[in-house]
Amino acid sequence: MAAIATSTQGHNPGLLVRLLSRPTAAAGLVAIVLIALAAILAPYVTPHSPTQLSIANRLTAPNTVYWLGTDELGRDILTRVLHAGRTSLSVAFSVVIVSSIIGIVLGLVAGFFRKADAPVSRLIDAMMAFPDILLAIALVAALGASAFNVVLALGIVYAPRMARVVRASTLVIRELPYVEAARALAVPTPVILVRHVLRNVTSPLLVQGTFIFAQAILAEAGLSFLGVGISPDIPTWGIMISAGRQFMNSASWLLFYPGLAIVITVLALQLLGDGLRDLLDPRLAKDI
Amino acid sequence: MSDLAPDTILSVRDLRTWFKSRRVIAKAVDGVTFDLKRGQTLAVVGESGSGKSVTSLSIMGLLSPPGGIESGEVLFRDSKGVVHDLARASAREFRRLRGKEIAMIFQEPMTSLNPLYTVGDQIGEMIALHERMSHAEARRRALEMLRHVEIPDAANRLDDYPHQMSGGMRQRVMIAMALACNPSLLIADEPTTALDVTIQSQILDLLRRLQDQFGMSILFITHNLGVVAEIAQDVVVMYSGRVVEHAPVVPLFRKQKHPYTQGLLACTPNAARDLSASGERKALYSIPGSVPPITALPPGCAFAPRCRYAIDACSSIPPQLEAVGDHHLSRCLRSAEL
Repeated sequence: MAAIATSTQGHNPGLLVRLLSRPTAAAGLVAIVLIALAAILAPYVTPHSPTQLSIANRLTAPNTVYWLGTDELGRDILTRVLHAGRTSLSVAFSVVIVSSIIGIVLGLVAGFFRKADAPVSRLIDAMMAFPDILLAIALVAALGASAFNVVLALGIVYAPRMARVVRASTLVIRELPYVEAARALAVPTPVILVRHVLRNVTSPLLVQGTFIFAQAILAEAGLSFLGVGISPDIPTWGIMISAGRQFMNSASWLLFYPGLAIVITVLALQLLGDGLRDLLDPRLAKDI
Repeated sequence: MSDLAPDTILSVRDLRTWFKSRRVIAKAVDGVTFDLKRGQTLAVVGESGSGKSVTSLSIMGLLSPPGGIESGEVLFRDSKGVVHDLARASAREFRRLRGKEIAMIFQEPMTSLNPLYTVGDQIGEMIALHERMSHAEARRRALEMLRHVEIPDAANRLDDYPHQMSGGMRQRVMIAMALACNPSLLIADEPTTALDVTIQSQILDLLRRLQDQFGMSILFITHNLGVVAEIAQDVVVMYSGRVVEHAPVVPLFRKQKHPYTQGLLACTPNAARDLSASGERKALYSIPGSVPPITALPPGCAFAPRCRYAIDACSSIPPQLEAVGDHHLSRCLRSAEL
């Protein structure tokens, strides 16, 4: 997420300032940065080991030693939530990257080349017609459960959303005089696509990327909960919830805190995405 | 193909550009012929829908389906003296010619530049694309071009983004970009239409000066006859995809042999003429009706329904382009009487 924040800064120096002047977007951004920092620095800031078992302290309610309690094997929940955040966030971020790459290619091809539009758009529509999680389960089942395959599967699932955004913007930009001017000056098509079209699609991509980030966190948790996600020994928020569900009545903190982490992260991303969209869309409407 | 006179840089011969759909054929350009001599300016004049822009896109090879050249030749002599038929040129041939040999400037200076790159960057891209040059050299050349187009304080404007410039400035940047590789033909598609009147005349002056300096020929597309008088040596007047009058600029302004040209000239606002001494305003003349859709042209003269000189024969006999004077052609049955 930090990477997205800095890339907006490079893209338009005033954007970060304008974003921070909106309370909800600023709250989202700050929350995301803090969550990302906590996840990155987890090994240094957490008081306990995420894997060390302590049978004597199993299922301890939150107290001054174990702030958020311990799980059924006596592992510290706070430590595990932060460590799980590393996996959940990096998986979700990788999903954004993978879906962007696939989506950009499909969207540019569909939007820029008239002949490719119909077949590619129908493919996109067909993929959108599948329920997200079902398609992801099918793909992970076919590919095998591993972090890489989960990223790949979710990347494919969310690629059509990116592709739609890119295609829609490309359709507009393709007709702009500076693209025609570039063609009149014999700029090669790949250069036009990257320099003149893709660069101008950055804003909607950024907005969509933020939303897909949030969706991917939920989807990854869902897959892990259903047991078709990443291997259970690597903690993710979804796996923690899945493992803790049998203690829902006796030790609810096992589910509550990883669930809270998901809620806060997704909410923060949605707030940030809404803020970005409000900031970037009027500008788009004016310029294009 | 080799029968191109040595001083002629562009020869459009019986060009037909049609837009075909399943049911109708729109003959956007239907048998247009003209020559452009080296170092001269030819103006193509007409209303919206007369086919003047499609003519320029045909020459540049920038038509997109369903539009395409049906027949005719577009002979172009490059700077090495090689003659190309642009009506049949391959995509590869066009890539070599566009930008380097033939450049184009457009009507909309506000949107003809990419908002995300500095103007120096965009001129530099253009240069780097066609010449073997390092980044630093391309930048130097870009700066030199900005000076040629008389942008004040060029060294500092090089790193400006398009939104930091006025429309006139941006059009100057477009001209700098177009001329960066010293093309022998510049196609200017209504380059002054979107600009203020004072800026218009500055840009026209600039184009004239650059023409003296660089020696390029200009194909100037416009709907404004006032602009034509400023810049062109030769004028082609188009209506409904056909040439209706073709003459050197002086005879054309002295005596129009086609009613449409007369009408166009009468439509040009003239403050001195339209405002009488008593302060009373004369209504500006306008040609009645509008350009007929090119898919439903009348059988005779396409202009007949709007023409005040029309006789019965006009609506049945299609007039031919005929000589009515020295280098003066007109497509009208009654040219001799006008």
